[in-house]
Amino acid sequence: MTTVLDVQQLTIQAEQETLVKSVSFSVDEGEIFALVGESGSGKSLTAMAIMRLLPEALTVTGGQVDLHGENLFSLPEKMMQTVRGRKIAMIFQEPMTSLNPVMTIGAQVSEVLTRHLNLSRARAKDRTIQLFEEVGIPNPSERVDWYPHQLSGGQKQRVMIAMALACEPDVLIADEPTTALDVTIQAQVLRLLKSLRDKHGLSILFITHDMGVVYEMADRVAVMQRGQLIEQAETQHFFDRPIEAYTQKLLADAVPVSDFKPVLQRPPLLEITDLKVHFPIRKGIFQRTVDHVRAVDGVSLRIGKGETLALVGESGSGKSTIGQAILKLVQATHGRVVFEQGGESHELVALKEKQMKPLRQKLQVIFQDPFSALNPRMTVGDIIAEGMQSLNVGPTDKAGRAKRIQTLLEQVGLRPEHARRYPHEFSGGQRQRIGIARALAVEPELIICDEPTSALDVSVRAQVLSLLNRLQQEYQLSFLFITHDLSIIPAIAHKVAVMQAGKIVEQGEVAQVMTRPQHAYTRQLLDSAPSLIRKRLA
Amino acid sequence: MRGRWNLLAYAVVTGWLLMALSSPFLGEAATQVRLDRFFMTADWQSWLGYDQLGRPLWDRIIQGAQTSFWVAFWVVGFSALIGTSLGVWSAYVGGWVDRVFLKIVDVFLAFPGLLLAIALAAVLGPGIENVVLALVVVGWVGFARLARAQTLSLRQRDHVMAAKAMGVSDRRIVFRHLIPLMLAPLGVEATFGIAGAVLSEAGLSFLGLGVQAPDASWGSMIREGTRYLLVAPHLVWAPGLVLMSVVLAVNLLGDHWRDRLDVRHVSTGKKRTSESHV
Repeated sequence: MTTVLDVQQLTIQAEQETLVKSVSFSVDEGEIFALVGESGSGKSLTAMAIMRLLPEALTVTGGQVDLHGENLFSLPEKMMQTVRGRKIAMIFQEPMTSLNPVMTIGAQVSEVLTRHLNLSRARAKDRTIQLFEEVGIPNPSERVDWYPHQLSGGQKQRVMIAMALACEPDVLIADEPTTALDVTIQAQVLRLLKSLRDKHGLSILFITHDMGVVYEMADRVAVMQRGQLIEQAETQHFFDRPIEAYTQKLLADAVPVSDFKPVLQRPPLLEITDLKVHFPIRKGIFQRTVDHVRAVDGVSLRIGKGETLALVGESGSGKSTIGQAILKLVQATHGRVVFEQGGESHELVALKEKQMKPLRQKLQVIFQDPFSALNPRMTVGDIIAEGMQSLNVGPTDKAGRAKRIQTLLEQVGLRPEHARRYPHEFSGGQRQRIGIARALAVEPELIICDEPTSALDVSVRAQVLSLLNRLQQEYQLSFLFITHDLSIIPAIAHKVAVMQAGKIVEQGEVAQVMTRPQHAYTRQLLDSAPSLIRKRLA
Repeated sequence: MRGRWNLLAYAVVTGWLLMALSSPFLGEAATQVRLDRFFMTADWQSWLGYDQLGRPLWDRIIQGAQTSFWVAFWVVGFSALIGTSLGVWSAYVGGWVDRVFLKIVDVFLAFPGLLLAIALAAVLGPGIENVVLALVVVGWVGFARLARAQTLSLRQRDHVMAAKAMGVSDRRIVFRHLIPLMLAPLGVEATFGIAGAVLSEAGLSFLGLGVQAPDASWGSMIREGTRYLLVAPHLVWAPGLVLMSVVLAVNLLGDHWRDRLDVRHVSTGKKRTSESHV
């Protein structure tokens, strides 16, 4: 087999800091080479350096990149432009922002063909339709005239792949191409990339943080940590006998503990009956309601005290809306949400904000995005104290409150002196801990966790999950854990409910749903999960 | 290179601001008619010479600076206060209140701003307080639109949701979670507002609707100077150049701040996409 892309001793520096330290690897013809690492490990920078597209502040200070034995770094910029696209193509994580919204998708692909290959317009269009057919866009001759907003996320990524393949490149750099997609779509896109590799003998440099995807796709794997390449091996060998401790930990964290949690009979804490949340679609100058979006359409759930219910579904299935309806951040259209508190049942949907306020203390929330969940202009101490002040929880004097904030910070694994700092000084995982401390501060009984780990690296995710589990045991907390990530369900949940298009299609104990799924959609979700995860779940 | 321009802009604005502040200590010379000195050339008391009534031109320009900054301060201050309060309130309450408010703002935007100010100044009578009033009437709309747009996007943020889930009062949400986060774009808007107010005041004074004699304003100085354009052109170009330099400097500052805030915005945005695996 011949080496197509050869990276030798690549070093990238920003002013003082070395971001990538003498990284060497090579990609053979027809090979899928996975570059794995957590955020900030330098894997995307390496890809940008290969394309010579590094931001101005960063410079390559050592090493070289050979494509078919030709050093790319010695080429003049003009020659490099023909290499990009014709020899090396790239696809990105966000298909939404990579396409021009005011051009039809057909025109965008044709443009590449006319510019790089000098095809006539008519021939470029024919070739575009052919490419769309190859990447699996239904009705390609009709859809060439569609605009990006008319396509789903998965189809947009297919258009990006078609564009990348337009000039039949030798190397495809795929930078987290499926990270923004739902599992079922991810499985389809991965299958597509593999079949294209088989057909065209394409070499793929696959950049990802997801071990499940690596297991599925790669022939060889390299692990990056803090700018260095620490381990490189054939995929099978890599998963069977990882050498470095860091790699072992990454693999272990990829699918957290797989023992199912014992399900006990517990008194109910929250009971949802036939909940519906419809959003009106308004049109015209008088804003008349012409139709409704049925975000949540007749959902019934039960959460026991000290129990975790995982709510699984793909994006747009309405799972976050349920959480917001429980908290009354959106108004339910129909149904009952009964919360048991101090021997009394409270029906939340009908409550006024004033009557709701004392109950707010018992119902808290943790969000997905640790960057927008904290007010950047408030100190961590003020953020945690806010709920205690408005709901009158805990000590009322200043010293007592400060003491309690310190205790809370220590409980979530931060240091007391962090109270005086601002959110931007913390990493994503630390911010998520601050969010947890804020929720804990008011001594809640139910915490709605809205995808709290999906923005985090796997090792940080494992820490946050074990923190949540520990807090549950300590305080008998109940969680409604909203997620799209099947791999973490056994580690966190007692029960699971699967949601599709506003409805619950299946619910029950984790062991039962995960090993003997009844509904077709649940089976489809589980089949779409990378085989590494499937293997450990079974 | 750009850094040097910005430094110059800061120097020009601070310089004129200091001179405007010092003008009360300059004495009465700027408004004293001394016909024995009319059109006299520069001497040690006035390095720009004297105008048609024998008043030192430099002193009058400094007094004009005071007028300009006084008007700009109150116009931008009131506009920002009124516009921001209404914009935030409208977007936060939402529903039909917001829809009606948006229509009102659209109506105000459909008026040619300076013409409306002229009409108002004509109705209310000339005078510097009326200039401020007229300019506030057209000036608050920009702040209202900006504050409204900012509120609409900020109130969807998770920390506002978290605050609501913790039963934090609306008042506190507005003052702790919304307004501090929109101070930066509002500050940029205010900087451009200052430049606009200085220009509008000069325009209204040029038309005779602003500052009344014997007080000086750059606009009225230019108007009076046009009559002697052939004999003493510096009566026009001196206040004209000063006006241009101040407006240019303030606009440069606005650009500078906007760029700086944008860069930070872009870099944090980039950081987010590389760190988050959604």
